[in-house]
Amino acid sequence: MKKLLAALVGSMALATAPVALSAEATKELKMAYDADPVTLDIHEQLSGGILQLSHMTFDPLVRWTKDLGFEARLAESWERVDDKTMRFKLREGVKFHSGNELTTKDVKFTYDRLKESQDFKAIFKPFSGINIIDDYTFELVTSEPFPLLLNTATYIFPMDSEFYSGETADGKKKDAILKHGNSFASDNLSGTGPYVVTSRQQGVRMEFERFADYWDEESPGNVKKIVLTPIKENNTRVSALLSGGVDFIAPVPPTDLDRIKRDKDSELVTMSGTRIILFHMNQERVEAFKNPKVRQAIAYAINQEGIAAKIMKGFATPAAQLSPAGYQGHNESLKPRYDVEKARQLMKEAGYEDGFTITMMAPNNRYVNDDKIAQAAAAMLARINIKVDLKTLPKAQYWPEYDDRSADMMLIGWHADTEDSANFYEFLTFCTDADSGAGQYNAGNYCNPEIDALVEKANVETDLDKRAAMLQDVEKRLYDDAAFVPLHWQDLAWASKKNVKIEPILNVMNFPYLGDLVVE
Amino acid sequence: MLAFLVQRVSQALLVMFVISVIAFAIQDGLGDPLQEMVGMSVSQEEREALREELGLNDSMVVQYLRFAGKAIQGDLGNSYFYGKPTLEVISEHLPATLELVIGASLIIMLLSVPIGVYAAIRPQALLAKFFMGVSTVGISIPVFLTAIVLIQIYSIGITVEWFPADTGWGQWLNGALSTEGGLPSYGRGDDLTHLFGTWYSGFFSESGLLHLILPCVSLASIMLPLFIRLIRAEMMEVLQSDYIRYARAKGLSAVRINFLHALKNTMLPVITVGGVQVGVMVAYTILTETVFQWPGVGLMFLEAITRSDIPLIVAYLMVVGLIFVVTNTLVDLVYGLVNPTVKLTGKKA
Repeated sequence: MKKLLAALVGSMALATAPVALSAEATKELKMAYDADPVTLDIHEQLSGGILQLSHMTFDPLVRWTKDLGFEARLAESWERVDDKTMRFKLREGVKFHSGNELTTKDVKFTYDRLKESQDFKAIFKPFSGINIIDDYTFELVTSEPFPLLLNTATYIFPMDSEFYSGETADGKKKDAILKHGNSFASDNLSGTGPYVVTSRQQGVRMEFERFADYWDEESPGNVKKIVLTPIKENNTRVSALLSGGVDFIAPVPPTDLDRIKRDKDSELVTMSGTRIILFHMNQERVEAFKNPKVRQAIAYAINQEGIAAKIMKGFATPAAQLSPAGYQGHNESLKPRYDVEKARQLMKEAGYEDGFTITMMAPNNRYVNDDKIAQAAAAMLARINIKVDLKTLPKAQYWPEYDDRSADMMLIGWHADTEDSANFYEFLTFCTDADSGAGQYNAGNYCNPEIDALVEKANVETDLDKRAAMLQDVEKRLYDDAAFVPLHWQDLAWASKKNVKIEPILNVMNFPYLGDLVVE
Repeated sequence: MLAFLVQRVSQALLVMFVISVIAFAIQDGLGDPLQEMVGMSVSQEEREALREELGLNDSMVVQYLRFAGKAIQGDLGNSYFYGKPTLEVISEHLPATLELVIGASLIIMLLSVPIGVYAAIRPQALLAKFFMGVSTVGISIPVFLTAIVLIQIYSIGITVEWFPADTGWGQWLNGALSTEGGLPSYGRGDDLTHLFGTWYSGFFSESGLLHLILPCVSLASIMLPLFIRLIRAEMMEVLQSDYIRYARAKGLSAVRINFLHALKNTMLPVITVGGVQVGVMVAYTILTETVFQWPGVGLMFLEAITRSDIPLIVAYLMVVGLIFVVTNTLVDLVYGLVNPTVKLTGKKA
C-alpha cells in the first residue's frame, strides 16, 4: 500500500516536473531560521535543525510526503523479503559532492555510524544488521518484525564513506562523532543532496550552492544560492522578512501572524503540527493523583479549546490524545472534555471536594507561550479548588528539574521522531524503567503494564491496519484513565515573499525540501 | 607612571580572579549544558557518560582548579557550543561589538558637544529647549523600543493615511509622514572588509555602513541625552566661574572664551563619565545586538546563557572585566593629559 502510494507520488512529481526540467538554477534565496545547525555532522545530534540540514545537503533512502506517505529517494524501490527483512534497490549514478559515486558500501558505512551515534542509536535499536547483496542492492534486517522500518529509513542519509574515512592531518579519525570539540565531520560535509555548503560562520551565516551534479534532474528547484542567517529574536526575524532583508522565515511567532497576513508582499503558510503539549500528574508525589477520578477531574477542568484560542491565538489544535491526525494511533472519537461542573462532581466523588495544593513547573522559553499556558492551567485548576504553586524556568534549568521530576505537575512537549504513535507511549506513558530507558519522560509516574504490553504487541505487528486498531485502543484507554492532561498540538508556520513558492515544499515534520523550491 | 601601571595590572588580575570565582559559583544555577548537546531521546546512561567525559561530575573546587591552572597559561577552555577555544570565539565576535560601540560613540561625540554647548550658551533659545525636551524623552525610552520603532520606520516603512488624500495638503502630509523603509534591519551585511586577524570591518563599504546605521543610532540614543545634559550643565557652571568673567572683561572674543577656555574645563568630568559609560555601553550592546541580530559578543553571551555554555560565559565575563579595567586606566591617563594637576599615583603634588 505504502509502496503504491510512493509510486503514485513519484509519478505525480514526474507529471508536473517536465516544465521545470530545463529550468536553470539561477535564483538566490535569503532565509532566516531561529537557529543555525549546531554542526555539519548529521549524526552528532538528533534535532530539527540537523534534520533540516540533512535534507538540504544529503538525501535519505526514502522521505516523507506531505500526507505522511513515503517517496523514493536514494532507494529506488524496496520489497519485504520476510517478516524481518526488507530489500532495497539503490539508485544508480548518484554522485556525492566530493565526486565519489554512491554504492551500498556508503549505506553500510552510514548504518554502522548511526548505530554508534549517541542520539540515533535508540531509533536504530530494532535493527540487527545490514546485508550487502551487490553494489546497488542491500537488505535491512531487524531482530523482530518491525512495522516502522520505512519510517526509520527516512533517517538514513547515506554519507560519503570514502570522504569520511581515514585520518586527518593531525591524526584524528575522520568518522569520529564528537559531541564537544571539533571533529572532521563537524566541519566538513559530503552528501548527495541538492546543496553544497560553501561557507559557514557558526551563529552568523551559512551559504549553500546548488550541487552541479545533483542526481534528481526532475526536481523543479531553481535556487542556485542559499544564504541562511539565524535570527533568534522573533520580532527581528519578522522585520527582516517585511523589510525585504530575507525571502523566507521560520518559525513565525503567533503574535505576528496577522502582521504578515496583512502585508501584501508576503505569504503565510500554517499547518497543524505533530508536537503535543501536555501536563504530567505525578502520582508518586501526590497521593490524590493515584485516584483516576482526580486525574479525570483535572482533565475536565482544563479548557483546551480556550487555551488554543486565547493564548495560542488559534495557532494550535486542541488535543485530547497524544497522536495527531494522520498517525496510526489517532483516535477520531476522542474529544476535549472541558466541563467544570463534571470536574467538581468528580472531585467530590473522590473525596477531595475541598481541594488540595500542588506544585507546577513549566519552561518559559521552550515551546510557544509555554509559561502563559501554565498560568492559564493553574487558574483553571483553582476553579476545582486545586491551588497551584507555579514556577516557570528557562529551558536550560527546566530540564534538569524535569529529569528529577521535582514538581507535582510538569509541562512537556513531545514530537515522535519516528512519526509514529508508539514513540509517544514509550517515552511519555510507559512504566518508568531506568535500564531499558522506557518512560524516560513519564514525569507522571503513571504505570499501566497492560497498556505497555499492548503497545509492545503493536510494535511487532506488521499488518498496519491491525496495528492502527491496537494503537487507537491504547489512546482510548489512556484517555479514559486520564493518564496525563493533553493540551494541544502546536501549529507550524512559515512565511515568505510572494514570489517564493514555499507551500509545495513544506510538511508537517518541518523539513522544508529546499532542493525542490521554486522562486519566480 | 610605572607604579601606576603596575598597580592597575594587579587590579585587573584581582578583578578577573573574582569574576572567575563568581562565574564558577553560579554555574549550577545556569542549568545543564548537556540539554543543548543531546537530543531529547538520548538515554540517561549516555548522558552520564558524556557528563563524565566533560568533567562535570567533579566537585566545584576540582573543576575550578583545573580551569585556573589552564587559565594561567592563557587557556580559558573550549566553548561547548562552538567547539573551539573561548578566546577564539570571543575574538571573532568582538570586532562587531567594537564597531557598534565606535559608531555609537562617534554619533554621541559629534552631536552631544555642539548641542550641549549651544544649550549652555543660549539656554533660553527655543531650539535649546527643544533639544532638552527631546533628550528627556530619549533618556526614558528603553533601547529595545527605540530599536523596534526605528526598524518599523526606516526598514519596513510606514504608510500614513490620516489626512484626506483628495486634497493637496492632505496628500502632501501623508507623503511627508510616510516612509519608504529599505535600511537593513539585521546583521552586518555580506560586504565586509578584512582588516587584520579576526577583524572584518563594515566601515569601508556602502552595505557595511548601511547595516551600521540603525544599530548605532539605537545604541547612541541611550547615552546621547545623558551627554547633552552633562555637557550643558558643566558648561553652564564653568561659564559662571571667575576666570571666564575675567576673560570677558578682558575683551576676548566669545568664540575663544567658549570653545577654548570654557570647553576645556567642561570636558574633564565628561571624560570620566564617558570612560565609565563605554563600559556600560558594552552591556547595552546585549540588547541592541539581540534586536538587530548583530553578531557581536553581546548576542554571543546571551545565547551562551540560554545554552548554559559555561566556559564561554566565564571567559566573556573575564574579558569584559578586563575591558572595564583597561578603559578606566586609559581614562585616567587622558585625564592627566587634559589636567596636568592630576597626579596618577595619588602622591602629593
